[in-house]
Amino acid sequence: MKKTIITLEDVWKIYVMGHVEVAALQGVSLDVYQGEFVSIMGPSGSGKSTAVNMVGCLDIPTKGRILLDGKDISHLDESDLAQIRGKKIGFIFQQFNLLPTLTALENVSLPMIFQGIPADARAARAEQLLTIVQLKDRMNHRPSELSGGQQQRVAIARSLANDPEVILADEPTGNLDTHTGENVLDFLHELNRKHKKTIVMVTHDPHLAKRADRIILLKDGQVVKKL
Amino acid sequence: MLTDYFRYGIQNLTKRKMRSWLTMLGIFIGIAAVVALVSLGQGLQKYINDEFEKMGRDMILIQPKGELGAPGTTTPVQLTKEDLDEVLKVKGIDRAAGVPVGTIEIEFNDVKRYAFALAMPVDDSKEYSVLELMFIQNYGIELGKEIEDGDARKANLGHYYLNRNLFEKNVQLGNKVTLNGEVFEVVGFYEVIGNPSDDQNIYITRDAYYELFPEKKDVYNIIYAKAALSEEPSQVADRIERVLRKSRNLEEGKEDFTIQTADSFLEAFNVILGVVQAVLIGIAAISLFVGAVGIMNTMYTAILERTKEIGVMKAIGARNNDILLLFLIESGILGFVGGGIGVLIGMGFAKLVEIIATLVLQTALLKAYFPWYLIIGALMFSFLVGAASGLLPAWQASQLKPVDALRYE
Repeated sequence: MKKTIITLEDVWKIYVMGHVEVAALQGVSLDVYQGEFVSIMGPSGSGKSTAVNMVGCLDIPTKGRILLDGKDISHLDESDLAQIRGKKIGFIFQQFNLLPTLTALENVSLPMIFQGIPADARAARAEQLLTIVQLKDRMNHRPSELSGGQQQRVAIARSLANDPEVILADEPTGNLDTHTGENVLDFLHELNRKHKKTIVMVTHDPHLAKRADRIILLKDGQVVKKL
Repeated sequence: MLTDYFRYGIQNLTKRKMRSWLTMLGIFIGIAAVVALVSLGQGLQKYINDEFEKMGRDMILIQPKGELGAPGTTTPVQLTKEDLDEVLKVKGIDRAAGVPVGTIEIEFNDVKRYAFALAMPVDDSKEYSVLELMFIQNYGIELGKEIEDGDARKANLGHYYLNRNLFEKNVQLGNKVTLNGEVFEVVGFYEVIGNPSDDQNIYITRDAYYELFPEKKDVYNIIYAKAALSEEPSQVADRIERVLRKSRNLEEGKEDFTIQTADSFLEAFNVILGVVQAVLIGIAAISLFVGAVGIMNTMYTAILERTKEIGVMKAIGARNNDILLLFLIESGILGFVGGGIGVLIGMGFAKLVEIIATLVLQTALLKAYFPWYLIIGALMFSFLVGAASGLLPAWQASQLKPVDALRYE
């Protein structure tokens, strides 16, 4: 029996824009199991970004429940959510989103600062993670001195900082050329296979999505297919 | 964790050097102005207090009312020998002396100048040398000797005559100067007193003074009295007031003379100086306020620019308080560094004023004084101004929703 790590139960997200209500999610229910690599796919406007925000505890639903490790997080306040995110979820963004003033090492250390981990332990862990993504020799460089692929690898290292159970990758190869994109995807696979991380990847590219164990297809704010 | 936040703040500020400097400019002008003004004010206060300390708390000054300007400028009311005799009889008086002061023309090396002439009193039983009384021997003769009774045509001069080229050359011991047409031999020079007027005084014997100013016989511009050690000077002053009121036949509240003790003088001085300082600091505070608005503006801009960064930090685990603290520290650093530079500039400026005052204006009154609490206070205050200016922007940043902040371009 596979253990469920994230559950969305009949989740609705309704945005009010002026006088119009827009339902980005309309009763989405899905499960993410521990240790799997799952892709969320859909055309733009399908609600996949909103769904991934819910999965990543970045936002709370208007209606419905989100369970993380069996705990309902739908009604937590922002600071509690931040703590949970910091510990349990690692983020990888399309635009890398590294802090420009910090070096690669400092960027990787940042999530650990917010968890109150001592400086020595942080530095050691960050160096170890940068070694995994093969950037040990670039660890004192700032993002502007790194290529797109290198930046995304730093972001991958950062996402692993607090040893989270789930890695959430939102279009991780969207800003990279095909070759570098494949390379980044290989890293994600390695995390999944070797390090037993649960990976949730959002993409609109069917070719990339196929590399996942499972694909969840969204359209107009609803799950239309689970492959 | 805090040190990390400080490092992050410094990195962000140094990344935008020009803007950070410009922002700090507002703070450091304000702090520099406050530090310079306060240190000079404190210096002045300290100088005056020290002078009074030297002079002694037991000094009592009696002057005709209306004698607002320099001594010697004529006023209709005069103090006389009878007044002095009455003062000498008051219980609790250690000693007292009447000082006639007249404006005198001094000529040397074919150059004429005007100065104040002070008559040294005759050494009666309870009367002492004016200077001995005034300065309790803190200021003595630096060169030569003090004039004595019977030195009809001898004079002592203030220190300025010795080295300030007042007559296109300096006066030397043994030189002859002409005072109101009479020739006097210079037998001594006083040491520096510290203000240009006193340092140009001319001291002659009382007999010589009466010869030069026959109309001023037994008339004094000031009576100095010294309270006995066991007495409270203010009580002795009250007694003098009662006695003089009676002898001069005056009603209470209509006295034509004023009596001041060192304490009352100091108190009045400190009140005035306090008001002047408060006004000046108030003006400097406007500049600080403008600086604070500058910091606030910079912080709003910074938060707008870094909205996405804030979103990222929140996504990777930063709580609202972390973000609040990060930005408060950043604006605090702006204030603190601005304040630090301001303190240095302010100290430098005050020192410059002191040097100019000493060299050009030849006064020892403007001395910069930097008590530790001024420096520490200014630094803490500037950090607080910085942090307070950043409070609103930082709070706003901390309340951003991560989803919205991440989407911000």
